[in-house]
Amino acid sequence: MNLKANNISFSYNKKREILKDVSLSLNSNQIIGLIGDSGSGKSTLCKILAGYITNYDGDVTIDGKKIPDKDFYPVQLIFQHPEKTMNPKWKMEKVLTESWNPPQNLKDMFGLKDNWLTRWPNELSGGELQRFSILRALNPKTKFIIADEISTMLDALTQVQIWEALINYSKANNIGILAVSHDIELLEVLCDDILHFEDINNL
Amino acid sequence: MSEMPWYNKGLFSSLNLRQKTLLTIGLTALVLFIVFISGMMIDANLPTNFSIKMQGPSFEHIFGTDWMGRDMFIRTIKGLSLSIVIGLGASIISSIIATILAFIASFNKYCDTFVSWLIDLFASIPHILLIMMISIGLGKGAFGVIMAVAFSHWVNLTRVLRAEVLQIKTSEYVALSSKFGRSKLWIAKEHILPLVLSQIFVGTLLVFPHAIMHESSVTFLGFGLSPHEPAIGIILSESMSYLAMGAWWLAFFPGASLLIVVLLFDIIGDNLKRLFDPSEANN
Ligand SMILES: Nc1ncnc2c1ncn2[C@@H]1O[C@H](COP(=O)(O)OP(=O)(O)O)[C@@H](O)[C@H]1O
Ligand SMILES: [Mg+2]
Repeated sequence: MNLKANNISFSYNKKREILKDVSLSLNSNQIIGLIGDSGSGKSTLCKILAGYITNYDGDVTIDGKKIPDKDFYPVQLIFQHPEKTMNPKWKMEKVLTESWNPPQNLKDMFGLKDNWLTRWPNELSGGELQRFSILRALNPKTKFIIADEISTMLDALTQVQIWEALINYSKANNIGILAVSHDIELLEVLCDDILHFEDINNL
Repeated sequence: MSEMPWYNKGLFSSLNLRQKTLLTIGLTALVLFIVFISGMMIDANLPTNFSIKMQGPSFEHIFGTDWMGRDMFIRTIKGLSLSIVIGLGASIISSIIATILAFIASFNKYCDTFVSWLIDLFASIPHILLIMMISIGLGKGAFGVIMAVAFSHWVNLTRVLRAEVLQIKTSEYVALSSKFGRSKLWIAKEHILPLVLSQIFVGTLLVFPHAIMHESSVTFLGFGLSPHEPAIGIILSESMSYLAMGAWWLAFFPGASLLIVVLLFDIIGDNLKRLFDPSEANN
């Protein structure tokens, strides 16, 4: 499968354009890195790719077709701050299964401990919560993952473990990944190809 | 973590915060319940006995007696239970109004603007004036007072609920939920309602003290209950004629009891809020 963004332009308000004629293409078997200055609009582009922002110019397609919005969205965004993506009054079990019920071996792969499931989000660390966000995004209906600075808040060891598990699963299940980061060394290790945001944004 | 209220300090120090909060709520609710039930079982037409009229507090009549020789303690309990009924009715109705309006406001921008306008309008009229107007318009009495208090006290809760719903609706976890293919109805039921329910519950309890105080004050001013409905406001306004004669107990004990009941409701509301706030309750 191929995720394509064609000539995306967007601004939050009339004052300032954020994206201009941005195009990119991501195949299911690819891991592409995206690097750029902070505040340049990377997260905005991620939200457009994952269907969170809809009032943009241009189009986003999978295999040339518009992405239907009614059902599970095949392009899943993983956010930088996992705690904001979880209902504070839900136990982690419900947070996880809102998406799907992952098999035990997958939970083990991400180092998810069983006793975390009965806790509230504010009782877990950022790294622990991020494992849940990633697992939620690995629903079998997911075709592409947009990882927006998902390991910025984590220590080096956790970062390695999480990325390794995510990439293994994605390779095995033919999921394409767009990895956004400002850490060029990390991207060089992980990615098949690296895009510079300034190069694809025609401002 | 906010400061512990005074009535929680030192007391039952072996219990954890959650248990203490529950215990405080339980005990307070029990006291109010006993007052309410005993008041309900008292016949409004108390026996009169002119041979013991206008007596100050004594062991036999701890709140003293009135000009018809009726025991003021019994009258006060009866009055409090009536005040509680009216307060409860008014709080529940005002919460229903608030919930409906907050729900309407969440439909779209125009509904939201309309509800905001309504909030501003009602917030700009002084409560007591609004209550008097509505009460008179509805023919005073218990019904008039309940409606008047209800229709003047939905504003705060509506504001809170509207802001809460808006915040939840624009949160990342709700946006994500719809990307997981969850329907609007599912999101309303699973994400929004549970968070809002506790607010409604606490909001109802927090209106209660206001409702009782306002009910008593409009009644005291003569725009509320009739003398056949001997709530605390009636007792207080009657006692005014005797205050000059030195019968201070006629006003003091019912007034103080009313304040205590109001305080107890405030304690319950406060503690429930504490209990429902997950960041505090989980400690
Ligand atoms: N919801 C929003 N409303 C208005 N401006 C926004 C909003 N979100 C981001 N911006 C602005 O858009 C620009 C790009 O932000 P973002 O996409 O988060 O950049 P990056 O992820 O590359 O750091 C920033 O200047 C930011 O202030
Ligand atoms: Mg960003």
